[in-house]
Amino acid sequence: MFFELITCFLLLIGAIFSFIAALGIVRMPDLFTRMQAAAKTGTLGVGCTILAVATFFGDIGVATRAGLVILFLFLTSPIAAHMIARAGYISGVALWSGSVTDEMRDQYDPVTHHLSSEPRKKSDNDSQMLGM
Amino acid sequence: MTLTVSFQIVPFTAMLTLNIFAIAMIFAMVRLLRGPSLADRVVALDLVAALAVGVIAVYAILTEQPMLLRAGIVVALVIFVGTVAFAMYLEKRAKP
Repeated sequence: MFFELITCFLLLIGAIFSFIAALGIVRMPDLFTRMQAAAKTGTLGVGCTILAVATFFGDIGVATRAGLVILFLFLTSPIAAHMIARAGYISGVALWSGSVTDEMRDQYDPVTHHLSSEPRKKSDNDSQMLGM
Repeated sequence: MTLTVSFQIVPFTAMLTLNIFAIAMIFAMVRLLRGPSLADRVVALDLVAALAVGVIAVYAILTEQPMLLRAGIVVALVIFVGTVAFAMYLEKRAKP
């Protein structure tokens, strides 16, 4: 009875988080905000649902496989989201008009596709001249 | 009385959860069809696959078949490779 109640609780939590992820992917204004909603919230929702499977069966083999799925999801989902965001930025997807900061604008050259770890020379000189 | 309730509560919650997952998947499909750029569609496809893993997990509870969890592992593996391949293709297409 107790484990069944925990199973129901985890199922509902997972479903609500997955629903919030889908709502975010429809309602958000931008590729990057959409990707963030889908990656974080969706991973948490599916992870809770698979944890519900582990508590429902109460078997060590099933729990191991469930832990494997959760570990795999938590490892791969940020990597996939990061790669899509990078590809979207490089292929020129526009940011939302209300975006506050764009830290890659100084370090990425959209013409030569060169990504440097420091700000580009032109803006560097500008800031030095401003400093003088 | 409490025994019958304890036998009913998990399938009921599982069916409710499946309905919520279905609505979420419809929302993700809307973004998959409407997305302005190709990257939006890839993000939506990733979310659809994650929701599919969740649906498989709920179905494993509903039918009491723990073997279905292996199908979830396979779906998660395949969609990760697909998303990474799409991202590399997008990046390579943007660079000359």
